[in-house]
Amino acid sequence: MAAEEKKAKLSHTLLPAESMKVMAEAVGIAQVPEETCQLLADEVSYRVKEITQDALKFMHMGKRRKLTTSDVDYALKLKNVEPLYGFHAQEFIPFRYASGGGRELYFYEEKEVDLSDIINTPLPRVPLDVCLKAHWLSIEGTQPAIPENPPPAPKEQQKAEATEPLKPTKPGQEEVGTLKGKGQSASTPDGKGKEKKGPVLEGAPLKLKPRSIHELSVEQQLYYKEITEACVGSCEAKRAEALQSIATDPGLYQMLPRFSTFISEGVRVNVVQNNLALLIYLMRMVKALMDNPTLYLEKYLHELIPAVMTCIVSRQLCLRPDVDNHWALRDFAARLIAQICKNFSTTTNNIQSRITKTFTKSWVDDKTPWTTRYGSIAGLAELGHDVIKTLILPRLQVEGERVRGIVEGPVVSNIDKIGADHVQSLLLKHCAPVLAKIRPPPDNQDCYKADYGYLGALLCTHVVKARAQAALQAQQVNRTTLTITQPRPTLTLSQAPQGPPRAPSIIKVPSSITLPVQTLVSGRPSTPTQPSPPPTKYIVMSSASGNSTSQQVITFSTSAVGTATSPVSTTAPGVQPVVKLVSTAQTAPSATVTGSVQKYIVVSLPAPGEGGKAGGPPAQLSPSAPSGLPLPGLAPPASTTVKLEPSDSPQAPPGTPIPFGKANGAQGGVAGSPQPSQ
Amino acid sequence: MAALAEEPAEVAVKPDPDGTAPPQPPPAAPPAAPLTPAPAEGEAAGAPGPAGEAAPAKPTPPGPAASPAPTDRQTFLAVLQFLRRNNLRESEDILRREARLLGEEVAAAALSPSALGAPGTPAGEADAAGAEALLSRIAAAAAAGGSVAVGASATPGGAPVVAAPPGKVGGGVPVEEQPDVSAVLSAYKQQGDPALYEEYYSGLKHFIECALDCHRAELSQLFYPLFVHMYLELVYNQHENEAKSFFEKFHGDQECYYQDDMRVLSSLTKKEHMKGNETMLDFRTSKFVLRISRDSYQLLKRHLQEKQNNQIWNIVQEHLYIDIFDGMPRSKQQIDAMVGSLAGEAKREANKAKVFFGLLKEPEIEVPLDDEDEEGENEEGKPKKKKPKRDSMGSKSKKQDPNAPPQNRIPLPELKDSDKLDKIMNMKEATKRVRLGPEYLPSICFYTFLNAYQGLTAVDTTDDSSMIVGGFADSTVRVWSVTPKKLRSVKSAADLSLIDKESDDVLERIMDERTASELKILYGHSGPVYGTSFSPDRNYLLSCSEDGTVRLWSLQTFTCLVGYKGHNYPVWDTQFSPYGYYFVSGGHDRVARLWATDHYQPLRIFAGHLADVTCTRFHPNSNYIATGSADRTVRLWDVLNGNCVRIFTGHKGPIHSLAFSPNGRFLATGATDGRVLLWDIGHGLMAGELKGHTDTIYALRFSRDGEILASGSMDNTVRLWDAVKVFEDLETDDFTTATGHINLPENSQDLLLGTYMTKSTPVIHLHFTRRNLLLASGAYSPQ
Repeated sequence: MAAEEKKAKLSHTLLPAESMKVMAEAVGIAQVPEETCQLLADEVSYRVKEITQDALKFMHMGKRRKLTTSDVDYALKLKNVEPLYGFHAQEFIPFRYASGGGRELYFYEEKEVDLSDIINTPLPRVPLDVCLKAHWLSIEGTQPAIPENPPPAPKEQQKAEATEPLKPTKPGQEEVGTLKGKGQSASTPDGKGKEKKGPVLEGAPLKLKPRSIHELSVEQQLYYKEITEACVGSCEAKRAEALQSIATDPGLYQMLPRFSTFISEGVRVNVVQNNLALLIYLMRMVKALMDNPTLYLEKYLHELIPAVMTCIVSRQLCLRPDVDNHWALRDFAARLIAQICKNFSTTTNNIQSRITKTFTKSWVDDKTPWTTRYGSIAGLAELGHDVIKTLILPRLQVEGERVRGIVEGPVVSNIDKIGADHVQSLLLKHCAPVLAKIRPPPDNQDCYKADYGYLGALLCTHVVKARAQAALQAQQVNRTTLTITQPRPTLTLSQAPQGPPRAPSIIKVPSSITLPVQTLVSGRPSTPTQPSPPPTKYIVMSSASGNSTSQQVITFSTSAVGTATSPVSTTAPGVQPVVKLVSTAQTAPSATVTGSVQKYIVVSLPAPGEGGKAGGPPAQLSPSAPSGLPLPGLAPPASTTVKLEPSDSPQAPPGTPIPFGKANGAQGGVAGSPQPSQ
Repeated sequence: MAALAEEPAEVAVKPDPDGTAPPQPPPAAPPAAPLTPAPAEGEAAGAPGPAGEAAPAKPTPPGPAASPAPTDRQTFLAVLQFLRRNNLRESEDILRREARLLGEEVAAAALSPSALGAPGTPAGEADAAGAEALLSRIAAAAAAGGSVAVGASATPGGAPVVAAPPGKVGGGVPVEEQPDVSAVLSAYKQQGDPALYEEYYSGLKHFIECALDCHRAELSQLFYPLFVHMYLELVYNQHENEAKSFFEKFHGDQECYYQDDMRVLSSLTKKEHMKGNETMLDFRTSKFVLRISRDSYQLLKRHLQEKQNNQIWNIVQEHLYIDIFDGMPRSKQQIDAMVGSLAGEAKREANKAKVFFGLLKEPEIEVPLDDEDEEGENEEGKPKKKKPKRDSMGSKSKKQDPNAPPQNRIPLPELKDSDKLDKIMNMKEATKRVRLGPEYLPSICFYTFLNAYQGLTAVDTTDDSSMIVGGFADSTVRVWSVTPKKLRSVKSAADLSLIDKESDDVLERIMDERTASELKILYGHSGPVYGTSFSPDRNYLLSCSEDGTVRLWSLQTFTCLVGYKGHNYPVWDTQFSPYGYYFVSGGHDRVARLWATDHYQPLRIFAGHLADVTCTRFHPNSNYIATGSADRTVRLWDVLNGNCVRIFTGHKGPIHSLAFSPNGRFLATGATDGRVLLWDIGHGLMAGELKGHTDTIYALRFSRDGEILASGSMDNTVRLWDAVKVFEDLETDDFTTATGHINLPENSQDLLLGTYMTKSTPVIHLHFTRRNLLLASGAYSPQ
């Protein structure tokens, strides 16, 4: 019973009478009788409750969930009481706790502020002005997967589906479940919404390989084609964009099986053909998929793990094993496998133990070639210190002997020698830090030799080095934590009277990797105010099921901006064009869409060259308004825009000269927003 | 004089009855909304002619008129009392001499202060219910003098005690607005041993729990009002500890939807607190209405008489109104659907008045010929198809709806040329409208207000979806154009004089191109703007604010034209009539007011809600106004005579959104309880319940043809419901209509057509464009 639960909450909470005494003393009235204090406490408690209840009314009417200080002010005003001027609460008031003498006390620590400090600190940036931004929440009953909308299937749900396929949706997820049920019963005209999620859910328990279960929409197919081509194509800039898109886009859930198959098939083919470059590209795709915060890969691991494992332990990965650096690929893939283990290994699927077994088996085998041996060790080593300790260290002696056999013995082949060298350095690299931790400090060459044989001497020197480095790192860590905390207080202090200007602070931390898309979209005002837009790419596709005859292709490029950001355009041959398909029927002047069934998806990708940056700005998928419905983004006063430019643009490459930002600010308003009149 | 000023407030539906109130200013030729004569009070309400047969309660003011003599007398006594309290002895003497009132009569008045206090009750007491309560109180007071049955303390010996409080209050706090609290409270006289209250209550509880199943649900309704009144009695008589323990012991038994009231009650532990506590006054001044079948009632009566349980019986007599019906007792489910409001269910009679819910006949407008050519340009080969369609539409509008009010029931502004043009545009758009249904869901375009820092408090869209207005907590009103057409203001007077007034494009020439921008900010309010509304002709904008004013803005000059002052407290909502000229506002002062743009005073005051009027909506035919309130009821008011014609109870939280269906037959309401309730206006019945939202519903809208109901909520979702199906299943047989017992199927899930999550953006406004595209809007609020 809900009433039962809330019973405790409704008790007569009162302010303690002692507080009254303290307050009386604070205003200079000593010796207040106990009885008076009690009466005062009762009265004050009642009034506080009354005012709070009135303040709640203002919160509800203000359409908010949080009670603010201004609500209390208005409630006081209702009672004809002078509001408390000058109180602005921060988002979070840090109450401190103290106890002593059997008493508990919560207080708000107010620091004394030096006025000159406030005067001398530069003014905070002006908070961004309110603006309006339009996007499609739903298109004929189907919610498009764009950053403005929440991910179609939240990660938790994907996880639930993958791990507990037979269990119906949990009570907490009832809404999603009903939505799905709805989506099925209400057969949307194009049938797309219908098949969107349902079958995946129902199909999972029966089939282990849910391939090609549902059809992708035309836009999704085009997107898939574009992305896969870019990922394995020759243009590095495009690839960076594509990978960025994979790593950040929230709407890839439905395409995941395709990507998974693409990768596994790609590895299968290219291993045979020894195409190292393509294998690297494919592994980068896996990495990007893993990085996407909205995807849960468990259902596709059966395809991805073999592919990644192949790239680690395959006998040959490139045409010229003596020259090509396939070792890097093995290292990279080994890290991926380690990440997969970390994310997905559970007691039921035993991924980690199975992988460990596979590696150990191939390593132990005498006939294993050096390349595979290297991969196995790398794979094991990436799994963590415990694995190194239990599986690699005991075998160091044996492995050392084998290396010595190659290095000091008769020259068999160059390839073997290189392999042995790499294995040796790999072992040293991974084992040294572990040894540094588990062995007590005096590092004795002889002891090491006795314990680890041939590699002992080298290990010893590495361990010494590792110890030194660890000490150094510890220092650095301390220093960084110090610097981070410094600038905070001044900012919050000086901004307080402005109301909480949240957006700038959001923009400042775009690299908070957890959910970059959300934060960025939120903080950004709208297209026009976005400073220095990088050359953007729009693919506007209209999947007109009806009147596809009246379509027209308009192509234009954002060359003006592209040339401005010259460092980018030199690396990326050809500025990304903007492709737009617009049907002429849409030229109605009023803000409505015609009845014809048409869909728009605008895919806009960030500037090339940025994708490589770790945690950089995410790709931006934004819906275009139909031609009759413009993006009503509102530019704040021009001066503000310009002022904000240099610091406010997370996308501007570091070290961008300020004039560049300014020049772009003016253009940004034009080029940044797709004009509906086009 | 203050006391006189209170008088019209009491007869609240008539703010300026002929003669008594200051004369209305002559309806000066309104600058922009011309032609319509102001419906001055006597003219509209008492007008003979076509409206005559339509208004049953026509000439008489509803409540007080039922017993004019006693009411006058009460008023007079109240005035005297007031004068005495304020030491205006001279005026009192004069007045008394004039009235030739005998001394003993005044003395008698002093003996029954509860009767004296009554006329001073807030404006909310003006409707029939209030008047009735008043009468019963007088009767009770009279009985107290003679009979011993009510209790020993009411005998003349107890009189000084009772009469004392007024003096005390008068000496201390000035009580201008508050009703005479102590007088009201004095009804809570000591009548029993405080220690026995728990026993009484648990005795009744035991009885009800042991009753037959069919009666138990009905009798359980008694728990809540009894609990409240017993608690208040204990508090009033200063048995603080008993009150606390009583509360602790029994508050858990109350239904969970009374949580909010419980919270208020729990903080109320002292007699002094009861002064000025609005919730408490609501309980006291209005009778809690229960609907109980005759059998159950007999059972209860017998039990109470057997047990000699006078305490409870007195409360039932004095504070409850039991609406007894013949027939089967209702089930728990049926009861739960209807209860939840602050004052119990609506009485059955309250929903019996006839409501003309039909639409007014559309004026016939000749569609100009060039229309055909234009469309020929846009879509070739289509005009053929359209012709028959338009004809059918025309014939539809010619037929008079039997449920429609007479065309001139209330005076409406005449159509201007620009309005006609707009109507034509509307019709043209309507032909391109998407037919919606479960198979064809609307597309939703979401307008997100970025960087609003949780300050967005109101949004409205013009009917043609060309402009969006946002009201903000920082007192600004911002108007955006969402079409490529920028917002421009008219040139200054000096520049205007230079224009060639004969030219064809004079309307274009008067606009100042230099002022063109996508956004215009309107400054003028001094508090958060809680409601905004565009006029149908897009020339005006209304906004209402915490500062107690409603402001009218011109969208030609982007300046404030009028500030309507009347609500002295925050105004929560305002809306233009669908025909323009009139508008309604509702606020914290618990009344809704009807205004005309060219009158600085309200034309009607709709009083009756027991808490803030949180939202107001015009019926599509402009003859009725729906108001939602924090007392968890929805009321429908007749614009013509100010009567409350419907009271809908069933919500379990303050109402925050209202929407009429386009055909005017149904009303949808959304509240903080996350439920949408649908009401059949004609029959005065609940027509459906839509569960699904998990937080306050701030926006409701029917699609243009009424097939889809869209709801937007604080839980960051837009949901679409199948409105056709709800109303199809509606039972409207005679029995249901007569008794008001509805059986609602639990089919919310079948009716839910779609749920669309936004990204932490509460949905606070919804609007269907003329082509049935759904526009939603809200402010992004990062978590």
